Parts: sequence; structure tokens; C-alpha cells
Amino acid sequence: MIIPRVPIQHRRLLPDRRLSGPTPWVIAILMMLTLLAAAAGVGLARSANAIGSAIAGRVTVQIVTPNPVTRAEQAAALRRAAAAQPFVLSARAVDREELQATLGQWFGSADGDDPVLNSLPLPALVDIDFVGENRSRHMEQLRALVAAEAPGARIIPHAEWLGPVAQLIASLAWIAGGLVLLMTLASAAVVIMTARAALGTHFATIEMLHLIGATDRQITRLFQRRIAIDTAYGIALGSVVAAAILLLIGWQWAGITSGLAATASLGPTGWALLLALPLLAIALAALTARQTLLAALKKIL
Amino acid sequence: MVEFDGVGLRYGPDAEVLCDISFNLQPGSFYFLTGPSGAGKTSLLKMLYLAQRPSRGIVRLFGEDLVNMPRQRLPGFRRRIGVVFQDFRLIPHLSARDNIALPLRIAGVSEEDLSGPVGEMLSWIGLGDRADARPATLSGGEQQRVAIARAVIARPQLLVADEPTGNVDPEMAMRLLGLFEALNRLGTTVVVATHDIHLISRIENAQMMRLEKGRLADPTGALRYPPANRA
Repeated sequence: MIIPRVPIQHRRLLPDRRLSGPTPWVIAILMMLTLLAAAAGVGLARSANAIGSAIAGRVTVQIVTPNPVTRAEQAAALRRAAAAQPFVLSARAVDREELQATLGQWFGSADGDDPVLNSLPLPALVDIDFVGENRSRHMEQLRALVAAEAPGARIIPHAEWLGPVAQLIASLAWIAGGLVLLMTLASAAVVIMTARAALGTHFATIEMLHLIGATDRQITRLFQRRIAIDTAYGIALGSVVAAAILLLIGWQWAGITSGLAATASLGPTGWALLLALPLLAIALAALTARQTLLAALKKIL
Repeated sequence: MVEFDGVGLRYGPDAEVLCDISFNLQPGSFYFLTGPSGAGKTSLLKMLYLAQRPSRGIVRLFGEDLVNMPRQRLPGFRRRIGVVFQDFRLIPHLSARDNIALPLRIAGVSEEDLSGPVGEMLSWIGLGDRADARPATLSGGEQQRVAIARAVIARPQLLVADEPTGNVDPEMAMRLLGLFEALNRLGTTVVVATHDIHLISRIENAQMMRLEKGRLADPTGALRYPPANRA
């Protein structure tokens, strides 16, 4: 049992000074940081996965033929031909209006009614998504198709320019995971120090209990219960604060619907992990306290 | 009951504080342990109440070898020993009642079963009206009485007391000694370390062991008080 049951008369063997020491507060801070780091890690990992899977099988064919009519014809022909291929999941010609709207954000004229923007010789773009995992073979087949339908067109795999970003996000997710691990170790260290301090503070009582025939198990249960309860208070407090922060961030995040930010979310698994972490932390604290106490008591006759 | 054979005790690398201690305590007997300060009385008592293992020699308690006994078996033996410490060692945040009840609770006696004996014991030591008092609010003599009550509440087979009457008036000292005697008559082996020669003379048939410089001066009981040849 995480928090052992101890008869109420035995509980009185330790003075009732709950929440008076620093342990619950330190654990609360560590728990809050652990949950925030875990949430960041999960969000980043999901974002990296979403970006990775989105870009892994996608290419954009850029047709730069000078004649705009020929360019549009080549784009339409390539889209049709690609869509008919078994290795292609989807093929979509990017509208000129969509291109102008994207570029308009940089030119300061998002409405698209800009003479400079209208005069630009924009390339024709065709987005193609491959089927399955055999990317290199599909790329060879696409090159042949492009050479036939739009000679001189350039094939841009999305992984080339978004891959480093996905890798960076994945690295950040690993760092967040590392932080969770470090803070878990720090929490365990706090519990070990608390257990040792408790043994030191109550050494006279422990010695007395030993001499009247108390077993290590009886003494350990007393302290384990106290430490587990103090830790649980800290974990609960830290979890509540972390949940409030995450809900606030989530509320603000909900307004972001575009770009890389839109790919970051916790998902059901992430929320389940965040809910499980406090329970795991309490179990870890109780187990750590128990092992520390038993090891220390064995040194006393 | 208790057998020491060639027992020596040293703390760390220092010289032995107890050397070649050999004796055999008979069940139901009453012993006084005397000797000057620093002679090793408390160290000897520590081995008797299983707070210390000897550095050498053989110690047998209740027929079992204690030197090589695994420590997880010690609690069972300790529950058969009552100890009165010179410095009382009461648990400061527990009431007199809870301090006295402690050995019974540790032994798993139910609250229903222990309330009677604890109440009787409190009345007997004259603290019935101070049952809920914390040790800090009790006088030295009252604390001593609580400590003695805690030592005897579980009817131990062996009672070890280190200067048990040092902080009480002569009248209470005699009452407490009477309790020890009564327990002894019920079969408890009693070992009392004391400097009080008057106390020793009060118990008939008590045997005296004297420690000097870590050695037992009277392993054979020749210095029994009163001397056997005077009786």
C-alpha cells in the first residue's frame, strides 16, 4: 500500500507537525515543474511526430516555365498525371490566389490587390503526397513523370526544409523528458533527505521503540505514512498549480490555428500521462521513504 | 535465564570497558549491580537489555545465543525484557498514560485490553489524576515512576533497572522497590544497578554483583549482601 495503515494510537508516536517542514513545499514546486516539463515534452513530441509524418511523404513540384500559359498547362497536366499514379496519394495544384495570399503577408498586402505582387512571375506549384513508406522509389518515379510532363521543373521534398525544424522540436521534447527524469530524481532525493532527517530528529523515540520490542516494519510504517502524506500534500498542491497553468496555456493556445504551433497538443495519452504522474510520484516517494528507512534502521541494533 | 561467559565489550578501537564478564542469572532471582561510576554498569545493562552486542564471549538469554542471533529476531526477545533507564527516556509528546501503554501497543494488545492494566498502573504509581500529563510537566520523580510503570506493564521475564530510585524520595523508593519485589515473587528476574546501599539491604535473598574497572568482582556471589556468613 502506498500510504500504510497505522493504528491511530501508533500514529501519535510521532508528533503531529504536518506541513511544518519544507518537504511538502519543495515537493510541490518540483511536482509543478515536472508536470509542466512533461506537458511540454508531450506537446513537443506530438508536434514533431505530426510534422514528421506530414512532411515525410510530401513534395512540391515548382514549375518555372517563363510562359504563364504553358506553365499553367504543365501544372495541370502534371497534377492529372500524378493523380493517376498508384504511388501518389493526392496531387493538388496550388492556386495562384493562395500563393499571392501567402506572399502578400510578406509584401504587406494580404488582400492580394497589390500591383507589385500581381506583376511577380509566380511559379506554378503542385503538392504531391506519396503512398506508403518507399519514399526513394516513389521519388524516382516522380522524377520521370515530371521530366515527361513539366521538363525543367524542380522537385522540393518538404523534409529537406522542414526536417531540421522537426528534429529541433524532437530534440526539445527529449530535453523536456530529461528534465522530467531529473526532477523525479530530485524529488526522490528530497524524500531520502526527509526520511533521514526524520530518523535523526526522532532517533530517541526510535531507539526507545526498538528497545521495547518494536520491529523495523512497525517503525518504518510510522515514518513511511507520515512522509507519504506530507509528500502527497505537496504533490497535490503542485499538481493543482500546474493544471491551472496548463489550462491557461491551453486556453490561449486554442486561438492558434495555423503554422507549427497548431500541431502541438497533449492528446488523450498526454493527459493520461499527466494525470498518472502525481500518482506515480506518491508511490515513488513512499517506496523511496520505505527503502531509506529500512536501510537506516538496519544500522541500528 | 541469562548467561554471560567470558564476555568483553569495547567501543571502537579503545580498550575494553568490560572484560571477562561471566555470570549466570537464575530465573526468579533478584540481583543488585553496584560499582563506582565508570565501572561499566550501564554497558553491562545495555548488553542485558539487548542494546549492545558483546565484542567477544558468549551471551545466552532465555536459552538462546544472542551474539549470533539475526537482528530481526531481537524484537521478540526485547518484549520479554523491561528496562528502566537512568534518564527515563519517556517519549516527550506522549501523555503518561500513552508512555505506559507503549509496550502493550507495540506487542499488539488491543485498546480495550490495555486500558484496565494501564489505569491500574497509573493509580498504583500515584499518577491516576495526571494520566494525560506530558513528561515535561511532570517532576523528576513522577517521570521516574512513569518510566518504571512502562518497564513493568507487560510483565517482563527480565527487568533491568539503571538507578531506578535516583530521583524519588525514600518513601517512593521503597514503594518502587516493593513493586520490583512483587514482580520478582511472580517469577520476574530483576537486575537493579544502584549506588544505594540502603536499598540493597531491603531485599532479602538479593544477590549482589560488583563491577570495578570493567571486571566483575563477585562472579561467584561471595560478596552477596548481606554476606552469606553473616546471615
